[in-house]
Amino acid sequence: MESALILIPILPFLGFLINGLLGHKMPRRAVSFFACAGPAAAAILSLLAFQQVAGGEGKAIVQSLGDWIRAGSLHVPFGLKVDHLSGVMLLVITGVGTLIHVYSLGYMRDDPGYPRFFAYLNLFMAAMLVLVLANNIVLLFLGWEGVGLCSYLLIGFWYKDLSNARAGMKAFVVNRVGDFGFVLGVFLIFVTFGTFEFDALNAGAAAKVTVSDSSTLWWIGILLFVGATGKSAQIPLYVWLPDAMAGPTPVSALIHAATMVTSGIYLLARLSGLFVASGVLPIVATIGALTALLGALIALTQTDIKKVLAYSTVSQLGYMFLGAGVGAFGVAVFHLVTHAFFKALLFLAAGAVIHSLHHEQDMRKMGGLLRKLPITATVFLVGALALSGFPLTAGFFSKDEILHETLHGGHALLYAVGFVTAILTAFYTFRQFCMVFLGEYRGSAHEGHGHHDTRGALVHHADSSEIRESPWVMLGPLVILGLLSLGGGFLDVPGFLLGAAHETQAAGVGTEAHGPDTGKLTGWILGGSAAIVGILAAFTAFQWSPGLVTRLQGTTPGKIFARLSYNKFYVDEAYDLLLVRPFSAVSLILFYLIDRALIDCVLVGGTGFFVRLTGSALRRIQTGRIPTYTVLLVAGVVGLLTIFLWAAG
Amino acid sequence: MTLSLSFCLHLSAAIFSIGVYGVLTRSNLIVILMSLEIMLNAVNLSLVAFGRAFLTDLTRDPSGPQVFVIMVLAVAAAEAAVGLSILLAVYRKWRTTNAGEIDLLKG
Repeated sequence: MESALILIPILPFLGFLINGLLGHKMPRRAVSFFACAGPAAAAILSLLAFQQVAGGEGKAIVQSLGDWIRAGSLHVPFGLKVDHLSGVMLLVITGVGTLIHVYSLGYMRDDPGYPRFFAYLNLFMAAMLVLVLANNIVLLFLGWEGVGLCSYLLIGFWYKDLSNARAGMKAFVVNRVGDFGFVLGVFLIFVTFGTFEFDALNAGAAAKVTVSDSSTLWWIGILLFVGATGKSAQIPLYVWLPDAMAGPTPVSALIHAATMVTSGIYLLARLSGLFVASGVLPIVATIGALTALLGALIALTQTDIKKVLAYSTVSQLGYMFLGAGVGAFGVAVFHLVTHAFFKALLFLAAGAVIHSLHHEQDMRKMGGLLRKLPITATVFLVGALALSGFPLTAGFFSKDEILHETLHGGHALLYAVGFVTAILTAFYTFRQFCMVFLGEYRGSAHEGHGHHDTRGALVHHADSSEIRESPWVMLGPLVILGLLSLGGGFLDVPGFLLGAAHETQAAGVGTEAHGPDTGKLTGWILGGSAAIVGILAAFTAFQWSPGLVTRLQGTTPGKIFARLSYNKFYVDEAYDLLLVRPFSAVSLILFYLIDRALIDCVLVGGTGFFVRLTGSALRRIQTGRIPTYTVLLVAGVVGLLTIFLWAAG
Repeated sequence: MTLSLSFCLHLSAAIFSIGVYGVLTRSNLIVILMSLEIMLNAVNLSLVAFGRAFLTDLTRDPSGPQVFVIMVLAVAAAEAAVGLSILLAVYRKWRTTNAGEIDLLKG
């Protein structure tokens, strides 16, 4: 197994090469085969690697592939490593990834960019696997940037629509802000520790914290955290994720819910020793809790089926950061895993709805789909229950453990925020369920008008008679993910991680709070009731008593809140006003003043003008007559001789 | 009596100056070429004089500056051939050998 680790990212990469270079010449069946073969093979290999790590003495598998960069004291090895943490990540990425690849076979069936889509998706898998397999932070950064690139490519997959291309660009630019912090953090790591390997860093940081050099550590922590907020869509850099929904829905499920956006959490867990020592965890927890709340508040009023899920993802990632911030890294990763299951499920189910409705995404034009799409509705319900934290589903255990650890760590205020968010989560999730699947179908109300979908093609609203279930190639993965969302909570991920791999984690932080104690039982009851309260409230507001929302919005506070939430608290507008516009104004000034005026006119133009001026003065000497030249020649020789003799004499 | 080195060098300088004067003042290309030959021979004279002054035993070391003289003569012959043929071509084109009238290289 040691020598086969590299195959895990290589196999999807081969799929990328084959589909990317030859895909347009191959028949569709071959494209489908190569698209799914790579991830599936990687999944099998990951399973084998995981078994070897988890079973036996639990030793990590390491494969060293020599040096990547060696320059002076800078030494970056090309080393892969599977321990408990990366083993769990491997399973999630390859497992959920393979399911989503299979689903995409159905979802993208009629798309002209079929091979290109799978090439990007395979490349993403390869990059993501490098990210979690890397044993040093520079190699992790290679995967980190790779997934960012694929995210950009796939958000703008239907690039013919300008707004999709813009969304891709926005994601890329916002991620650059975070990556700037990340790179600075890596530089600081090199200056401070002289090594990039995770184990050495965790150990080194723990040793360093006793020395007085803690401000450097704090800066390393905060800079890396800035990188994590960019990739994992936290305040203040979360704005790109909702726009990223412009991409095809399987992309939203794979990249923008299950895997890529969780790489920030992975980074925190990977460097848990360093983060504990750096003392930035309170900031992480606060940012996480605030993001969780903000995402949930915005999700309350969104009308786009994918936007609700996007803000929900932002909110759930906030939960993970909250968990990591209170020192319970294992629990954060647990929520990462269950979230990957149920959020991928929700996105894919939403995708099936969108597919059945011919690319309609507005929930106001849905409704009553429970009868038309019973299987999709059922799996969506399962996902919604898990997301709400309904007792005994996957989300219930992981979310409650995060809240439990928060309270246990003595962060009562953060716990309160998390608890309120849990109620809101259940509420907006079942608001969505009611709007999409219950009530009457509202889609044919504007029949015959048609509108432009995200791909820029004219679509007609599906007549209620022509709505039918998606093919089984799409429903199959949904059912599997549904089962995982139901049962995933019984996996003891935190115990697995804590028990074996995380001896580097600072002792006493979130470790003793394991096992069913009375506090946990109270937490379960509280968390379960939060979910049920939220669900009942949603049913009351949107199903049993439909006038309630209208009446609430009639009151002044209700009206203000609805507008704020619907417009995402005007954060995009504020960023536009505070950052984008000043920046482009400065750019314009620099362009006209520095580039056009100074560089183009004075420096470049000036040089040319000066040369031409001196040239036109000197050309008078060039008479073309031989006598003139000979006179000048002799004068020159005589002059030089005079100078030499005078200097010598 | 023997010719002193100083005398030879002075004579060489005088001949060279005459050549330079010819090149500068005459407008006829043929005369300019002739003046060039005079300058070359002035240099030859100084070479011979140096060889005579510093290498007394010519039989033992024949590869002294005298060899340069032969070299210069050979080059001068070649140069005269090229120069005269260019002159001929110039004359055929412009019907003149006046250096002042040929100013095609004017900048």
